[in-house]
Amino acid sequence: MQTFAAQFANAHDLMVVMPMVMLTLFACGVLIIDLLLPAGDKRWNAATAALGLLFAGGSLWRVQATLAHQGMLGVSAFNGSVVMDPMAIFFCWLFLIATGITILISVRYMEIEQEDHGEYYALMLFSVVGMMCMASGKDIVLLFIGLELMAISTYVLVGFLRRDKRSNEAALKYLLLGAFSSGIFAYGLSLMYGLSGTTDVTLIGRRLAGLPESSHPILMLAVVTTLAGLFFKIAAVPFHQWAPDAYEGAPTAITGFMSVAGKAAAWALLLRIFAFALRYEQTIWMPMVIAVAVMTLTGGNLAAMTQNNLKRLLAYSSIAHVGYMLLGLVAWNETGIKGILVYLLVYTFMNLGAFAVIVSLRRRDLIGDEIDDIAGLWFKRPVEALLMVIFLLSLGGIPPLAGFYGKYFIFLSLIETGHYVLASLAVFYIAVSLYYYLRIINAMLMRPALDAEPIQPAFGLRLALWVTALATVGIGLFPEIFIRAAAWTMTAPRAVTQAFLR
Amino acid sequence: MMHTVLFIIFAVVCVAAAINLLAQRHPINSALSLIVVMGSLALLYLLLGAEFVAAVQIIIYAGAIMVLFVFTIMLLNAGEEELSKSSRVAIVFGVPAVAVIVAALAYILSRGAGTAALGDFIGGPKEIGRLLFRDFLLPFEVTSVLILIAIMGAVVLARREER
Repeated sequence: MQTFAAQFANAHDLMVVMPMVMLTLFACGVLIIDLLLPAGDKRWNAATAALGLLFAGGSLWRVQATLAHQGMLGVSAFNGSVVMDPMAIFFCWLFLIATGITILISVRYMEIEQEDHGEYYALMLFSVVGMMCMASGKDIVLLFIGLELMAISTYVLVGFLRRDKRSNEAALKYLLLGAFSSGIFAYGLSLMYGLSGTTDVTLIGRRLAGLPESSHPILMLAVVTTLAGLFFKIAAVPFHQWAPDAYEGAPTAITGFMSVAGKAAAWALLLRIFAFALRYEQTIWMPMVIAVAVMTLTGGNLAAMTQNNLKRLLAYSSIAHVGYMLLGLVAWNETGIKGILVYLLVYTFMNLGAFAVIVSLRRRDLIGDEIDDIAGLWFKRPVEALLMVIFLLSLGGIPPLAGFYGKYFIFLSLIETGHYVLASLAVFYIAVSLYYYLRIINAMLMRPALDAEPIQPAFGLRLALWVTALATVGIGLFPEIFIRAAAWTMTAPRAVTQAFLR
Repeated sequence: MMHTVLFIIFAVVCVAAAINLLAQRHPINSALSLIVVMGSLALLYLLLGAEFVAAVQIIIYAGAIMVLFVFTIMLLNAGEEELSKSSRVAIVFGVPAVAVIVAALAYILSRGAGTAALGDFIGGPKEIGRLLFRDFLLPFEVTSVLILIAIMGAVVLARREER
């Protein structure tokens, strides 16, 4: 007999959302511990947050084991508002890894900035809760609330350096543009709800397909506004203006976090909406996606060529990377979706690695985010310089590094679907992107250092550097072994894409 | 018939107050226009049969939130907004752009406007409670985290310099 409470939630429901519950609990824990810690011992906040990630990982593993054990394609809970399918689990792992590396990078950096407060780590964990909702939500209400949870935590994190004018300005700009785009996105979702009468993404997809001819103009409006909101969140041209400013002003570790985890979450949301709610509206969105992909590739790559600030340069380069991922969406076959997921995975490591090197340039009285600041790194810290070369070449897509495999699957999917013009355009832009990555490498290896101040990366930072570098080289050299080692996770994209495209 | 007349009256009041909100230069006038917007929205909800949402709209938005707005404006002693050069540019390009978008939206909505059934949803407190605590339990709980973040964010950004 069902108890009264069981009709609201039961142990099964709780098991499915346990990773998010764990993160929420530990985030609150960080807030409380922060009050007890004396001013010098704030590192324990970071340790607590990292422990929270471990516990979340453990509960995620339990969900995954349940799935594998019962051979299902996904478990849903809370009356179908959340579903843990292989794609959601894949993204959740990605968020946890990215957050772990960011915490390693942050500890010393926030001490130098004299802003090592517990809220920093708590906000990071809360934003991961939002990201997990975005990746696993099956209901547009949950998807939207997850998006806002992630976005609001990120606004605060961007403005965390209160003494820095750039940080404050970036947070305000990001907040205003982000709220505006969320409004447009919510408008699109509300139109979809109005047209279909349901908030479940699968049902929306089915009902939109069965709409009469007379509602097509409104359907078009719904798709256009939803896409505009999504394109803003992944920072695709022409909705990218916030990205360079927000990336430049944010604490460098947070810039890395946003460009990796935040972007992956936005992609998870986008894939969920495209693959379920809009899966039969391909004729409407395909021309828009193609146009935005071409603009994004062009805008991101060309703007990156003229930047002198490293964070700004990597911001534009991350816009350009979104362009490549959008090409996978244009192909819209199994290889394309797999390409996007692999791309996001390898991008996590190589981009966070590059940001870790930039973080190491931050010293007592040196901001260290201009190209001039990285000049001569080879003569000061040859190891870090070498690792940076690896990250940059991987970002450029040079085999045998990990970045190559992201682009490889995207190109393969384009050729499979006969988009030869787009494929050759993308290859052309790889050449362009090598120019600005090589510019940084040239500054590091060929130019003399402009300041004599030594660079001494902290232990956590060095650990983060080695982890990301090993992953970048390891995935690149042994993709098969890596795929087999992470067997279940990496079959996730395949299982999901089959479910999507059937 | 009565229904349509009432709808038109309150819809026009709502849009007019919203335009007035933007046109006013003094923040207090804008805040007062916002109350009119909220109030007429509440009446529109009432016309749709959602009594509970209408009541909540009045209590929370027109009541609590507006009081906060007015308090903030008074505390900051915010004066009249000054027209800068860029805001003039925004008017020159923004107003026509808004007109174009409104015209396009009106055209699309008028062409595609059909009658949509609202389903058997009755906007009473009981139904809303059931929806919130059963069908949308998880989003509801996540919203509480969202509110926590908002409070924390305000504290973080407004914190006083202690060193």
